[in-house]
Formats: sequence, structure tokens, C-alpha cells
Amino acid sequence: MNVSRRYFMILVPAAAVAWESVLAGTPEDSPNYKMQDHWWGMLIDTPKCIGCGNCVRACEAENDVPEGFFRTWVERYHVTDENMENPEVISPEGGKHGFPAAKEDEGKYFFVPKMCNHCADSPCTQVCPVGATFVSPDGVVLIDQSYCLGCAYCVQACPYGCRYINPEKHSAEKCTLCYHRITKGLTTACCENCPTGARQLVDLKNPKDPIHAFLKTHSVQVLKPQMATGAKAFYNELDGSVR
Amino acid sequence: MPGVEGFMYPNEVELQWSVLIVLYPFITGLVAGAFILASLERVFHVVTIKPTYRLALLTALSFMLVAPLPLQLHLGHPERSLEMYFTPHSSSAMAMFGFVYLWYLMAVLVTEIWLDYRKDIVEMYHKSTGLLKMIYWLMATGNLNISPRALELDDKIGYTITVIGIPSAFLLHGYVGFIFGSIKANPWWSSPLMPVVFIFSAMVSGVAAVMLLFMAVKKLRKEAIDIHCVDTIAKYLFYLFIVDFSLEMLDLIHRIYEADESFRSLDFMVHSRLFFSQIVLQICLGTLTPILLLGITQLFKIRAGIRKAIYTTSGLLTLMGIFAMRWNVVIGGQLFSKSFLGYTTYKMALVTKEGLLVAIALAILPFIFLTILVKLLPPFGENDAHHAPQPAIGD
Amino acid sequence: MAIFKDTGHLFRFAALFVVGTTSIFVLRAIVTPKSFGQYGHYRGAALKDLADRPVKYAGHQACEVCHTDIVTTKTAGKHAGVNCEACHGPLAKHADDPSNTPAKLDTAVLCVKCHAASAAKPKGFPQVQADDHSGGLACDTCHKPHDPAIAAGGAK
Repeated sequence: MNVSRRYFMILVPAAAVAWESVLAGTPEDSPNYKMQDHWWGMLIDTPKCIGCGNCVRACEAENDVPEGFFRTWVERYHVTDENMENPEVISPEGGKHGFPAAKEDEGKYFFVPKMCNHCADSPCTQVCPVGATFVSPDGVVLIDQSYCLGCAYCVQACPYGCRYINPEKHSAEKCTLCYHRITKGLTTACCENCPTGARQLVDLKNPKDPIHAFLKTHSVQVLKPQMATGAKAFYNELDGSVR
Repeated sequence: MPGVEGFMYPNEVELQWSVLIVLYPFITGLVAGAFILASLERVFHVVTIKPTYRLALLTALSFMLVAPLPLQLHLGHPERSLEMYFTPHSSSAMAMFGFVYLWYLMAVLVTEIWLDYRKDIVEMYHKSTGLLKMIYWLMATGNLNISPRALELDDKIGYTITVIGIPSAFLLHGYVGFIFGSIKANPWWSSPLMPVVFIFSAMVSGVAAVMLLFMAVKKLRKEAIDIHCVDTIAKYLFYLFIVDFSLEMLDLIHRIYEADESFRSLDFMVHSRLFFSQIVLQICLGTLTPILLLGITQLFKIRAGIRKAIYTTSGLLTLMGIFAMRWNVVIGGQLFSKSFLGYTTYKMALVTKEGLLVAIALAILPFIFLTILVKLLPPFGENDAHHAPQPAIGD
Repeated sequence: MAIFKDTGHLFRFAALFVVGTTSIFVLRAIVTPKSFGQYGHYRGAALKDLADRPVKYAGHQACEVCHTDIVTTKTAGKHAGVNCEACHGPLAKHADDPSNTPAKLDTAVLCVKCHAASAAKPKGFPQVQADDHSGGLACDTCHKPHDPAIAAGGAK
């Protein structure tokens, strides 16, 4: 224990401070984290996704996601040129255990990881009757578990299907963008565990974040742009058939 | 996955809003409709429906008392429901429920009934004994003044309350429509017509309910049914129904003609999972049939006995149709995926907190309240005398 | 007083409303959490509650502090971009207490999670029909997981 603690002192400064406090059992003292310095989002580099389901498993382990519900999941699209508007989509158990092998044929196949888009103008927080869900000052859509009524209005209002009611806690849950990790200088569990870098946590307020260069040089799209939700999950090279 | 056809986002498979949420707009609709019928007499002086005035008010109150229960039961944390009053979120349509409800229940319904019944309450206080006497004393707020000047004041204020009550009733139910109509993520709900359709269907269901109740109560009391009164109510029902049906068809035709990205998905749903409840129950049996039946009574001279049978049949079909409409909105809106690529199934539980038995109990509860209220505050008979004398016209 | 003579009952009724409304406000003042409204229309303390949860994946930075030899091998190879816990699983407990050693991995199950052939995967991504490719041998018979390419000197 002492050995590890000594080593942690030379970690990236924010993470080190956080870890120190986490290990000392006083996480409240942890980070030099300033909310106003961040505006979080996610880059999803669609062509890099191999559908391994690592992100889904990591999210489940990190966040105690109940069986049958998902804070992130992976969809596999199969688009044939006769039927561009009606792709065949599967996501067995959210892609947690990968996908059955796809055979080469006329159509194209690809994977699309899904998660909360952490919308800046989020329709889900708009409808919450009591202020139990909100966009945090650092741009993360969060739920106050101890205040949520469990009315499920937010679940109805999310265009992306990202929310669910926890069957045991009876309150709404969703991706927190691993708020407990990003405020300690770590990346999210899904990003940490994506083997191909298909997911990258981005901080739009950090001028050094590679996202700025990426957005300038790539075709980036958000899901359902017609919903005008200010989504902050940026999809690189997203196929037009994705819903 | 069982019950799922095509692709659903994985969190969408289970429905969030159950049969209880179907019951909620149905019940508030009855409240709004019954109140508007009552105010017709008071504000617009439709004298023929006067015999139903008090019954309509008591019906509205009984259903109003039950209206929040399905919501309360459906919440994951009912113990936190007061947060809606303490920290209401101004951008949430649902947060306004508490206030609209309290306003309508207390400022409109209870006040109007109290003012209208005050003379009776005081008279019954003098006649009764024991516990009942105490209840009447409390209801009279301990003030037994029924001087002509006091009653005149009551009447004036009561009139003002009714005038305020009409827009309030529209607000109450229009806002229920807005809860659904404002969800842009759901194309089945998202429509500016939703609040309007909800208001008119509310009036239709409330008027039909009071008409049926009036006939039933008279029958139970073995009194003659005032057929002119029922005729007039049926006439209003007919016209309201035509407006309601036109609005619903406008919505439907608009969707079919525009055929936007969601159309293929919704069209398939209406032709498969919702076929019975939407096409058969709501449109054919619950709307076209009663409109046709009521239309016949408007066009042809028919014997009173048969008219009553027609009114009863069309009233019952109407209530079923409006319930089916609420079902199709609430449940239908959750059966398709927001990816427009698949469909799920609603499995109604039987004995759970949100199951069928609870729904039935909640549907019966207003009638128990109504029975008690009718006993405490008799809507007919000699206590009615200070209003217009009841015309003794039977069939 | 004359004014109350015929209006007394109305004032009593109105008083009930005033009492009701006031009690809502009083109750509200007592019950509403202190930090409500600190940043917006929500409980400000909720942010801290959420941030305070313990982590389960330690993050590769934590691993790299001790396992420097692996870092050297890995950064030279094809798996440079694959973080430790992507294969080894959540190890915050191990990072916290190194004596809490994680279970050994079975490459026969692990590698195909990513490398099983499928037309849905990006064309350039290395993928194999496991049965044809290895004839039932475990992957690490030939490939070193931390530096898997055989041509690059990865063969055992």
C-alpha cells in the first residue's frame, strides 16, 4: 500500500492528487478540479469501432449498470443499396459480448457506439419536473439520484434512448461521462478500455485538446441533428443511415 | 428478444408509462368535461340542463380527487412527490401539474361547490344530529349565516368563479395534452394539435359521463328522467364530437400526407399493434358509431324510449372510445423505437403496483367518492328548490 | 363590524386558503436542500456526490508507474494504443494494493473478442478465422500479447 502510494505521487498531477485522496478515504479533498475550466464531450471515431463490446463491459463494471439496461451500447448496421433508408440494425445485449460474424455480401456493415450525447440544450433536463437532472457547469448531463422522483418523463424525452429507470433504485440513470473519473483527471471507463481509440473524451474548453484540430479536418456529425439538442457526442464519418 | 420486432434501442424495450398513465388523462378529461357542462348552465344560461348542474360539479370533484393517484402510484419514489411543489422546474410541463391541479381543485371546484351548496349545508346542519352535524358544521366553516344578502354574495362570487373556471378547465386538460405534445423526441406525440385534441376529447368524455350518470342516478332513484335535459346534453355531445373527430382526423391526414421520416414506422404500428385499439375501438366503435347514432337522433323524430337507449349506447361507446384514444396516445407512443426501426410490446401486469387490478380500483374509486358526495350534498330534490323549479317532464 | 356581517363566511373560507398556501411555503423553506440553486435549478451538492464515487478502472497511468518493462515492450508494438485494463479488467484494487493480484488471462478467449473475422470490422484491422488460423492452439503460443506482431520479432 505504501509502495503504491509513493509511486502515485509521480502520476499526472491531477490524477495523483485525486488518487492520494481516494486512497486516503477522503475523496472530498481530491481534485484541483475547476468546473468552469471544462466543457466535456466525446469524440466517436466510427470507422475505428470493431464491435468488441469492451466499452459496454467496462461501463457496466465501472458504474454498476443493472442487467438489461445500458449507459453505452454498440449497434451494428447493415445497409443494402436497395434499402438505404431501412438499415438492418442489431445490438445483442447492447453488443456487450460482441457480435455474430458478418459475411461479405452486397451491403455494407459497420458499428456505431451509442451513449448519452451530453446535449447542451438537452430535452431530458428540460422536462424534469423537480430539477433532479441537469447540465453541470462543465457540460455533463447528470442525475441527482437522491432527488429523482422516477417519473420517467426524461426517459420519454431523450431522442437517443440513453436513459432508463433503475429497476432497484427506481430512479432515472444514464451515462455520467464517468464524472467520478474525469473530475479526478482520468478518462472515462469506455475510453480507457477502447482498444482502437474509437472513443475519445474531449474537453472543448481546453485549447490544447486535439478535438479542435480534428473537427477542422474531418467530417463530423452528431446524431439526429434535426432534434437541435446541442449534442456533444461527435461522430466521425457517420453514415447517413444511422438513427 | 420476446415481444420485440425489428430494432429497439436497448433501453426502450420496457415501457415506462403504464396503464395508470392512460387512466390519468382519461380521468382529468372527465373532470374538465363535466365542469364545462356545468358551466354551460351557469354562464350561458342553458336552462334545460339545469338538473345536471350539481351532479356535474360533484362528478368533476370525485374524479378530480382521484386524478393524481395514478401518477403518484406510478412514481418510482412517491415519497418525493412534494418536490414538485417545493422546487418546480419552470421549463417542465409536468412540474406545473401540481399547481394547475391545486388551483383547479381548490380555487375552482371546491369553492364553486361550497358557494353553491352553502345554503343546503346550513339547512342540513340544522336537520342532522351527531357526527353528521359536526361534518356539516365544519363544511360551513362554522358560519351559519344564510341571510339573503349573504346568499346573493355567494351567487355573485360563484358566477365569477365559474367564469374563471372555464379557462381553468381548458388549462387543466390542455396542459395534459402539452405534456405529450411537447416531446419532440416522440413523433407520435409531438404535435401542437395535441392539447386541442385533448381538450375536445375531454369535453366529449365529460359530457358523455355526466349524461350517463344523470340517467343512471335517476333510474336508481326511480325518478322520471327529464328527457329534454338529456336531449340537450346529447345535442352538445354530438357537436363536440364532430369538432373532436375533425381535429383528430386533421392530425391523422396531416401525418399521412406529409409522411415524414417517422411515417413508415407509425403507419406500420397503426396497422399492426394498434389496429384493434385505434381503428376498431377508437375510430369505428368509439367515434363513428356514436356520432352516427347521435346524428340519427338529431335528424329524425324518434320515440323517447328509443332515444334513451341510443343515448346510453352512444354514451358508453364514447367513453370506451376516449379511453382507447388515451391508450393509443400513451401506450402507442411507446411501442415504436425512436430509431423508427422496430416495435416492442406492452405487457400489462395484473397485481403489481401499476397493474390491471390497481387500474380497475382507481377507475371505481371516483364512483365511491361520488356516492359519498351525493349522500352528503344531495344534487336533486327539495334542496334544489332555490334554483329553478325542476320541470316534471318524463317520457 | 358591519362589513363582516354577511361576508364572514367568505373571510373564513379565504383564511383556509391563506393557511394552506403559507404552510406550503413554510414547508418548502424547511425541506428544500440547502445547496439547491447553487449552480442552477438543482442540488449543487449532487455534483460532489457524483464526483466522489470510487473508481474501478485505475487507468493506464497508474499501471505504468510500476510495470515499466511492459510499457517499453508495448509502446514498441502494435498494441501500443491498447490500455492495460482493456484486456486485464478493472484493477483499481490492485493499484491500491499491489498484493491483490489479478487472475491470469486466457488468450484463447480473450484475443478473438477483437480479432475474430467479421465483414463488419474495418478492412485494415487484423482479424482471423480462429479455427483455421491457429488450429486450436492458444494465441500466445505464437504471439506475445504485449507486442503481437511476429515479423517484428514477436515470435517466441
